[in-house]
Amino acid sequence: MDKFTKLTGIAAPMPLVNIDTDMIIPKQFLKTIHRSGLGKNLFDEMRYNADGSEVADFVLNQPAYRASEIIVAGDNFGCGSSREHAPWALLDYGIRCVISTSFADIFYNNCFKNGILPIVMPKEVVDVLMDDARKGSNARLTIDLENQTVTTSDGQSFAFEIDSFRRHCLLNGLDDIGLTLEKSAAIDTFESQIAQSRPWV
Amino acid sequence: MTGNINAGAPRTLYDKIFDAHVVDRSEDGTCVLYIDRHLVHEVTSPQAFEGLRMAGRKVRRPDQTIAVPDHNVPTTADRVQGIENPEGRIQVAELDKNAREFGLNYYPMSDVRQGIVHIVGPEQGWTLPGMTVVCGDSHTATHGAFGALAHGIGTSEVEHVLATQTLIQKKSKNMKVEITGKLLPGVTAKDITLAVIGKTGTAGGTGYVIEYCGEAIRDLSMEGRMTVCNMAIEGGARAGLIAPDEKTFDYCKGRPHAPKGAAWEAAITWWKTLFTDEGAHFDKIVTIRGEDIAPVVTWGTSPEDVLAITDKVPAPEDFEGGKIEAARRSLDYMGLKPGTPLSEIKIDAVFIGSCTNGRIEDLRAAAGILKGQHLAEGVRGMVVPGSGLVRLQAEEEGLDKIFTDAGFEWRLAGCSMCLGMNPDQLAPGERCAATSNRNFEGRMGRGGRTHLMSPVMAAAAGIKGHLTDVREFMAETV
Repeated sequence: MDKFTKLTGIAAPMPLVNIDTDMIIPKQFLKTIHRSGLGKNLFDEMRYNADGSEVADFVLNQPAYRASEIIVAGDNFGCGSSREHAPWALLDYGIRCVISTSFADIFYNNCFKNGILPIVMPKEVVDVLMDDARKGSNARLTIDLENQTVTTSDGQSFAFEIDSFRRHCLLNGLDDIGLTLEKSAAIDTFESQIAQSRPWV
Repeated sequence: MTGNINAGAPRTLYDKIFDAHVVDRSEDGTCVLYIDRHLVHEVTSPQAFEGLRMAGRKVRRPDQTIAVPDHNVPTTADRVQGIENPEGRIQVAELDKNAREFGLNYYPMSDVRQGIVHIVGPEQGWTLPGMTVVCGDSHTATHGAFGALAHGIGTSEVEHVLATQTLIQKKSKNMKVEITGKLLPGVTAKDITLAVIGKTGTAGGTGYVIEYCGEAIRDLSMEGRMTVCNMAIEGGARAGLIAPDEKTFDYCKGRPHAPKGAAWEAAITWWKTLFTDEGAHFDKIVTIRGEDIAPVVTWGTSPEDVLAITDKVPAPEDFEGGKIEAARRSLDYMGLKPGTPLSEIKIDAVFIGSCTNGRIEDLRAAAGILKGQHLAEGVRGMVVPGSGLVRLQAEEEGLDKIFTDAGFEWRLAGCSMCLGMNPDQLAPGERCAATSNRNFEGRMGRGGRTHLMSPVMAAAAGIKGHLTDVREFMAETV
């Protein structure tokens, strides 16, 4: 997993609430057995017409936002299914950070496993960032994970909260399977305990 | 652990199950949580097995890992000849290969026990009270009906569980959803779960594990309880739980992987301690009177877009904030005009099935309405049993005949049209009365329009050709 430390990039405004995982990556693209290559189908049914041509007014099709690395989104981003194809598609497109007032639980978890930083901010702050994102490609947001701040193009800075373990893993690009395997002895002990106390499991 | 589960401060059911599975707890509250059962299907697992292989890791507990293909599988009789879609075929073949290579408990497409993973798990007795159950599928919440802590995970977490039989978790908050009193005739578990989401919104449960309780919940069968918990995820919750009781134990008893003899007695003793203590703290409480719940349908493209069938299509201006634009987009997608009575919305298709409503009780309920009736002119109908065993049971009871006489197609088990990963899909603009769980744009096929409802409501809609209040229908036919 790639580290996430500091990012300055174009932010795409997507104010729609409840952007679900079927919108982020529709089911027909879940048939892959690979993690890569999903970026071209990110937001597929919002981004392309049925004939494959681009929907001109969709934000990522506009010249200013094609190179977006950040999305500022409406409430409850990533609701719906557990498909990790959603963060895989975002990452493959080049999105490393999503900012919203709230995220669906599984999507939120999945982001951290892929080096994507989901930032929860209060409504008033998301509104300011959304306005900044609407200024186009000249307005770039800066995300500083070390210092836990988001800074707008005109210098307004906002602090954000993040779980310390997740922050540590993102900053260092750590694979948490490796970390858990360091606790194998504790897992062995737990298993021998439950073999006694709950033998039916 | 068995001896002192009820010692100390009052705890919720969720607290108790969580505590009983903590392998390691860091100072910041991050826990390594032990997983008792890991269910695996073909769509969200190939990359996890590949990751395992690349790192030279094994599956730690293949004996606790259960694999079944469900999302991609065709539901037509010709599926024995293989899956036509090459990518879908590869995914199922990969699961087959991985299940055999790593020695998992496996129900291949050709096995009569194959079905939707969340129906197979309980049916085979893999899901038991007090367990932690995970699957790379958001509807894992279903298993919470047994008083198990069950939730969906992403593919990286699937790999983590395969390798370590644990998950890294922080504890969620506790939310109580109490449904008091009795349900009125024509109102079902599906109406309860949709009504709750209609009230709390799709993010109302975010950060919480829900415990459903109250007389109306206690009165539900295990099938009904699974329907309620299944959609906890649509309310944003990590999981939904119902405390186990005699109904739960009766359901589990004698299942192939349920404990037997002395182990059964020991299990029951522990399971009976699985309830929320008097005075335990809930961070959020929602109470709904069972009598206030009507048969409901969804009108939009979010599961929170719930209204009683007696209501009218709302206008965007009826909402606030970002929901105004979302409602406008939904109405446009759904092709609906504000003010239209919901019961006047014409449908083209009926889908009965899914992990929400693909169990035997659901099929019995739908067949009860459809007996001696026929789908309206121009409406197509599909019944997809949740498992091969549900299908067999239904056939033994003659339900298949009722469905086919009514003009429905009687299919083999799978997820089918609920997410349209197999050939069962809606055409653009086609409108469906569905017993599934998501009405998202494109969910059942690009441009397809989904109205979520209970099996009896879907059956009634099929007969009339438009959304219908099943209670009127019941009065007509009784």
